[in-house]
Amino acid sequence: MSDPDPDGDPETDTAAVPDDEGPDDPEESSAMIRPEWRSDLLLVAKVVLATYVGFFVVGVLSGAGVNATVGTIQSITFFGAIFALGALALNLHWGYTGMFNIGIAGFMAIGAYTLSIAVASPDGSPAGFGLPIPVGIVLGTIAAGLAGLVLVIPTLRVRADYFAIVTLGFSEIVRLSVQSRSLRQIGDTAYGTGGGQGIRATPVDSVVGWLFDQPIVGDVGGVLIVLGETVGIASSVLERGIYTLVLILFVVAFYVLLTRIAHSPFGRVLKAIREDELAAKSLGKRTDRAKIAAFALGCALMGLVGTLWMGSRTHISPDNFMPLITFYVFVALIVGGAGSNTGSVIGGFAFAAFIFEGPRFVRTMVRANLGTDFPRTAHGAFAELGAGDPSALIGYVLYQQADEVRYIVLGVVLIVLMIKRPDGLLGHRKEISAGVDLSRRGPVADGGRPAVGSDDRAGTEGETDDPAATNGGDRDE
Amino acid sequence: MGVGNTGKGVSELVDEVRDRLSSPSSQELFALLIVLGIVVLALDLVRRLATGEMAFGRLWRYTWNGLVDSLYIALAAIGLSMTYSILRFANFSHGDLVTTGAFSGWAVAWLIGGWGVYGIGELVLFSPTAAGPTGGELGMNVLASPVAILVGLVAAALLTVAIALAIDRLVYRRMRNASGISLLIASVGVALALRYIIGVFWTVESHSATASAPILEEIPAWLPFERLNLHELTLVVTAVGLIVGLHLLLQYTKLGKAMRAMADNKDLALITGIPTERVIFATWTIGAGLAGVAGYLIVLDRGQFSINIGWFLLLLIFAAVILGGIGSIYGALVGSLVIGLTINVSLIWIPADLNEIAAFTLMILILIVKPDGLLGGVETA
Repeated sequence: MSDPDPDGDPETDTAAVPDDEGPDDPEESSAMIRPEWRSDLLLVAKVVLATYVGFFVVGVLSGAGVNATVGTIQSITFFGAIFALGALALNLHWGYTGMFNIGIAGFMAIGAYTLSIAVASPDGSPAGFGLPIPVGIVLGTIAAGLAGLVLVIPTLRVRADYFAIVTLGFSEIVRLSVQSRSLRQIGDTAYGTGGGQGIRATPVDSVVGWLFDQPIVGDVGGVLIVLGETVGIASSVLERGIYTLVLILFVVAFYVLLTRIAHSPFGRVLKAIREDELAAKSLGKRTDRAKIAAFALGCALMGLVGTLWMGSRTHISPDNFMPLITFYVFVALIVGGAGSNTGSVIGGFAFAAFIFEGPRFVRTMVRANLGTDFPRTAHGAFAELGAGDPSALIGYVLYQQADEVRYIVLGVVLIVLMIKRPDGLLGHRKEISAGVDLSRRGPVADGGRPAVGSDDRAGTEGETDDPAATNGGDRDE
Repeated sequence: MGVGNTGKGVSELVDEVRDRLSSPSSQELFALLIVLGIVVLALDLVRRLATGEMAFGRLWRYTWNGLVDSLYIALAAIGLSMTYSILRFANFSHGDLVTTGAFSGWAVAWLIGGWGVYGIGELVLFSPTAAGPTGGELGMNVLASPVAILVGLVAAALLTVAIALAIDRLVYRRMRNASGISLLIASVGVALALRYIIGVFWTVESHSATASAPILEEIPAWLPFERLNLHELTLVVTAVGLIVGLHLLLQYTKLGKAMRAMADNKDLALITGIPTERVIFATWTIGAGLAGVAGYLIVLDRGQFSINIGWFLLLLIFAAVILGGIGSIYGALVGSLVIGLTINVSLIWIPADLNEIAAFTLMILILIVKPDGLLGGVETA
């Protein structure tokens, strides 16, 4: 039991993820398969670092400039954090419980709109309640959770593909409702959703300004900005980066929360539902209750992501919540592999870097190298191609149509993943529902040492294995 | 004794009723809610008509619009329902086959309408520059250039079929034995890729392809119309013709029988020697062809369209298919009728920008209460 502690501590210098989790880790892990903090963290760090280095080198070499490259890296991190948050929340639905929710945009919309209405100034049009932002975030989270609760209770027994359609329909209902003119200002009150024009409120990332006013953090921030300007990085990029750091703290919190859920008795019930709901029910598990709780919690988290993402804009409108953003999160989860929290984080980051920001980055490089003087239509592009100038077509596709290219890449990645690797990059890591590692039983029965796991852990694992098995069995509800 | 018996009977009955009332399943509750809602709305409609608050003419106009809408929804829904029953997955790319039909069909129609006068690029891309022609200048209406419109219609069907078959070959054929959810996710990928490949060429802006529709003012007295929009009429005639043709095909040909057999039980169909790949080929051909025609006809009726035309229609199509019971083609027709009428007749009570919400809510309620659909879920064509 003393071993896992030093196990966690050396990690603190690599990144901040597990150090606050270190103390909780041992007692949790003794009873069930341990979350592999160390190797997971290393993996995340490797992927992130490799991506940063790759983008930086390519960006600087291609002449896009330091500011633009750092800006890209900043937005990769921002969107990486956002999609990691979304994928983690979705992982609770799909990865653990097997509930196929494609209404994420709707829950994000509920969260973000609740926040905006709560925070917007009472004099605005439409008016808000002028509450402080943290209250708004909490309200948005609760509202999304309640919406999930209302949606899931009647639809519990609906087939998986029908459930998908129900949730998509729900998200469209939400979007069309906030877009509707009749809800722009409800009744005679000044409050409402603002219809197609949306609603204006203090953005959530004003927390950065507040942070700068604090004694120590503000000084460090000020130094950072001065440092940044000497290397040629705009202060706006850095300020945005500080908000991204706040988001990363949320990623850590989500990760810890979901990993703890996954390794709790409740989490095992969820995984059992995913594998075989009937069997779980036959064993006396209250599967309905577990599904409702998991869905509502996941929706609340999605609402929170909505407040953190869309709430960081000064203005939100129904167009921010097209069903497309649901599929962003879905691809992020599928890339990482459903059923794995670490996979969700890596998937969110990889999606943000290569699919979401990739085409925009290529656009930046094209602009730096070929200029911006490209035909605005496919007609013009092909005409110039016919006249012997292929750069027009390249510029047209990669510069003018960068967003379309992004969606095409998104679609193609989805197809290829489904054909080649339906389990995603880390899908093999899908956690099983058993409280003990079933794969370890063979070697132990032979009297041998466990063959899996990292070497430095092998000694303690062998001792704790048997009590763990019995504990795990008894503790399960 | 008799009294005692009745007393017991009554108390049992009361108990039972109390039982039912105290713990009704969510399904029963929702069914009750829906029935109550419909009754209230029907009574209100009668009241409005009786008090003259609403004219009969308005109700008839909503109903007619509902019928027209339900026809193009039906054309698209048939294909979705067929892929659902034969390939066993919810095809989220079906809406984008509608889009494919709209763009490919009208590109061909423009090409023929303006052949020799304007450049090919300008015509196919619906005049991307201000210098190009408009639909009006090309005379894109059924009276001025019937040939171009007709060829466009055929081209919409053929090109959409070609693209659907290519997609099947590239994507779905490699996943024949994958689970429904994997196929669903792959179809989302297909939908995005297809839509934005179209977007690269035609941009995401909205286009206007037709000239204003010719209106027939002189109408036989027995028809309940004051004036007749010929584009609308073309839509109705084409759609009804195709639906009747499909009915004949399914009921009276060997192919139809094979398709129904395969929808019922794929393994059994294989054993009895039904060439499943050929049936799948036929499924895509019919389904995509009808979807392409639907897209083409919607543009004929509305004039304006963008690459999102099919995606925005997709949920309505799904709603229709679900209402009718997934997999049942006749169910899809009934479902389309209900959805088409819902989005139009609901305008009596709610503002126009909430009517799709009514349709989606109806869809969700039906999925909860009667997941097999209104016709009881016969999963056969």
